[in-house]
Amino acid sequence: MSDAAQPMKSAGMIRRWLSRPARAAPAKPVQFDQPLLPWLFLAPQLAVIFVFFYWPSVQAITSSFYIEDPFGFGATFVGLDNYKDALGSAEYQRIAGFTALFTVLVTGFSLGLGLLFAVKADKVIRGRTAYRTALIAVYAIAPPVAGLMGMMLFDQHIGPFVQLAAWFGYDMKVGINYWDTAFAMILVSVWKQVPYNFIFFLSGLQGIPASVREASVIDCRNGFTRFRTAILPLLAPTAFFLLIINITYALFDTFAVIDVMVKDKPANNPLTLVYKVYNDGFRGNDIGGSAAQSVILMVIVLVLTLIQFRWLERRVHYG
Amino acid sequence: MASITITDVSKTYPGAPAPSVTGINLSIRDGEFIVLVGPSGCGKSTLLRMVAGLEDISGGEVRIGDRVVNRLDPADRDIAMVFQNYALYPHMTVRENMAYGLKNRRTPKAEIETRVAEAARMLELGPYLDRKPRALSGGQRQRVAMGRAVVRQPSAFLFDEPLSNLDAKLRVTMRGEIRRLQKRLGTTALYVTHDQLEAMTLADRLVVLNGGRIEQVGAPLDIYHRPASTFVASFIGSPAMNLLDAGLEGARLRLGTSVIELGHLPAARGAVTLGIRAEDLTPAATGLPFRPDFIEELGAQRLVHGHIEGQPVVLALDPAVPVGSEMRLSVAAARLHLFDTTSGRRIATAARPGLAVTETA
Amino acid sequence: MNRIRPFDHLILILGTLFMCVPVLVAVMTSTHSAVDIHMNGLYLTPGDNAVETYQTVLTRQGGFTGQVTGMTMLMNSLILGVGFAVGKIVLSMAAAYALVYFRFRFATFLFWIIFTTLLLPLEVRIMPSYQVMSSLGLLNSYTGLIVPLLASATGTFYFRQFFKSVPDELLEAARIDGAGPWKFLWDVLIPLSKTMMAAIFIIMFVYGWNQYLWPMLMTTEERFFTLMRGIKQILQVWIGSQIPDYNEAFALAVLALLPPVIVVVVFQRWFIKGLTESDK
Repeated sequence: MSDAAQPMKSAGMIRRWLSRPARAAPAKPVQFDQPLLPWLFLAPQLAVIFVFFYWPSVQAITSSFYIEDPFGFGATFVGLDNYKDALGSAEYQRIAGFTALFTVLVTGFSLGLGLLFAVKADKVIRGRTAYRTALIAVYAIAPPVAGLMGMMLFDQHIGPFVQLAAWFGYDMKVGINYWDTAFAMILVSVWKQVPYNFIFFLSGLQGIPASVREASVIDCRNGFTRFRTAILPLLAPTAFFLLIINITYALFDTFAVIDVMVKDKPANNPLTLVYKVYNDGFRGNDIGGSAAQSVILMVIVLVLTLIQFRWLERRVHYG
Repeated sequence: MASITITDVSKTYPGAPAPSVTGINLSIRDGEFIVLVGPSGCGKSTLLRMVAGLEDISGGEVRIGDRVVNRLDPADRDIAMVFQNYALYPHMTVRENMAYGLKNRRTPKAEIETRVAEAARMLELGPYLDRKPRALSGGQRQRVAMGRAVVRQPSAFLFDEPLSNLDAKLRVTMRGEIRRLQKRLGTTALYVTHDQLEAMTLADRLVVLNGGRIEQVGAPLDIYHRPASTFVASFIGSPAMNLLDAGLEGARLRLGTSVIELGHLPAARGAVTLGIRAEDLTPAATGLPFRPDFIEELGAQRLVHGHIEGQPVVLALDPAVPVGSEMRLSVAAARLHLFDTTSGRRIATAARPGLAVTETA
Repeated sequence: MNRIRPFDHLILILGTLFMCVPVLVAVMTSTHSAVDIHMNGLYLTPGDNAVETYQTVLTRQGGFTGQVTGMTMLMNSLILGVGFAVGKIVLSMAAAYALVYFRFRFATFLFWIIFTTLLLPLEVRIMPSYQVMSSLGLLNSYTGLIVPLLASATGTFYFRQFFKSVPDELLEAARIDGAGPWKFLWDVLIPLSKTMMAAIFIIMFVYGWNQYLWPMLMTTEERFFTLMRGIKQILQVWIGSQIPDYNEAFALAVLALLPPVIVVVVFQRWFIKGLTESDK
């Protein structure tokens, strides 16, 4: 969990909150009855939220309907033109396509590896703590640092990956060749996210009662079938939660990885949508267009959240 | 120390269609040990929490001593409460836990120390005063919770199922301790439990609640021997009282093909519910036909489960008494309880010495 | 059932290598000289240039104004990490306390107001956020660096969940013991929350320390640069140089990754607890 994955963090709470009856019971049966004190406690949080969340969000939505003069001389209302321009442009569509591919690959691989390591780490007894420590340490590394390390590993002169590719007769050019860069980005992004998934899967596995494991051992001989039929369904809530977090991670948190790896030369390199928002807004000075793209991303996040609540949840076993 | 008077108290939760507790009238004498008993959801805890001030009182009035406390903060009601999960402050030592309430009341330090020491001595907590609750066993935590109540020297103790989290053996010991402590201090006590045995053994007077209303108030044995309704009859006493469908024909009670001569005219006729305690049925040469199904051995007695006239009946017998495949049972007329079948209320009977005469067609 | 299976260990060892070798490479390579790295590639063994490289990185005045050193950036990162974590804990604990322990009008409405912030990450509203900061005159200040990052409700939800898991009877007992809202908060709730606060501190410290995009936009004056900003800087200088300062880049990366990694590794028990339990 870093950067933008945070907002989705409380999905479980929201889910439960939504599933409560219309008349929400108070958090505690007994509460303090003071009309003003709670406002005092809430005031700092509310102030920060209003100034730094609601105000900018409303501005984003408003300016997505305007074209701003690049020299700051007023703005013209253009309705949905910014959205049409964004969605209609070939560049946007290409980037959206890459973002989708990137998201699927990063999510798939980091979930898969996280689960694999967690299952194995849950099994072994010897060296358990050492493995756990080694596998979670990378969680703390910032995406730009990960990006920098990725750059080095894929460096044209000193990068071992480039040398490895050359040994197979392939001339790898990260930062120049589109798909080479994409490969490096995906690898670094997966590397950075595996620990997060590992932590949650491991804690999910350790939350499965010993009695259930023992019952499954009695009922099922084959280890893999046992895992698939008895353990995996119990991990479903964790996996489901992580799926959404990972999608958000791939969409937003990887910004720094990409920014570092494309070395300020986005021209020929693979980008994701959030990078384009930033690029158009700050580099291109296309404030309206950038805002429209922001709003589109907001909608994607909202839809993801709704999907999480409504659709996927039904296929998950809650015990 | 004080009396507690509860007048017409009711509680309706916001948004709930019906009140959870209604029409409660109860006056508790100074120093009395009152047990509120009933199945879960009967409103006993709600009633206790209204006395404590943890729930608002929707209607009626609660007095502690001669003060109406409806609007008072829990801290100002001069009560102390013992919770089911003890609610000890986990980060404070036993001593700090007991002293916390006194400190908030600005009791002088020396006074706090004396009271804590006194309570610790009474509850044998001396060696544990500087431990944190997590280092104590369940029974010890329970004692600390009681100590916290005792040091306050309140007008009343309120107990909310305080023994439910203990194992069976410890429960019996602690039951005794609570009773001894309350007698010794002479403090009024209001005690909530769902365990009828706990209720019977602790109470000066029992209050049986059902569906938010009081079913019956009385001394444990009075309630045991004269339950006011089928609900009380089946709730108080173990095994539960046998309840059988019967028909009243003047002074005769028809039970399937059997007939019981009551010897007097009860104030009812037609279908009634007949209640008989398991220990009131005795094997005899003639009487009600009983078919045993199986036996539960309890050591001091045995419970024989079977049927009379197709209706399930439990019999409590001395282990020395042989159990045949078919038996005849007699019962003292004074030990028969009659209840209205529809309302479940008790029908007054004139007690008459001697065995009820039964005959089987 | 629990036989030792070499295969399990093999996978875990491969996993450990996959995760840790890049870090090891970064640490080891940073101890060699730029020329060595340029000629021989990356290293898995320590070199003898460590003191010199780190001294340079930490103390050399760099940037356009010549004001910024690695030491300054380290301090700024620390201020951001600690400031953010402390601010988050204070703000969210107070808000969660109000939401859980008080009955008052609009409580549900406020809950939604706060909850909504979870839906939109900073990245999607970065442009207008920047404009707001600039119109408030908060660019190039620690306030501008830290406070806007607090505008998300994660911490509030962590604490709200935690407070809800605190047995109800504790408040009831405290009220009977004569504790009001302040006393209860101070005497009971805060001492009870210590572990939770530690866990959240770690999570938030790492989060704050690792911020990239926001500091990059908010700070144009070099004396406010964090290490993450420094990484961006070193990469910009790098382009076009004959022998890039690989060693210095690695040293900067190591400086940037070591504090959070150490915190997470040393306090991993608390950290994992905070991370996973708050989700429930």
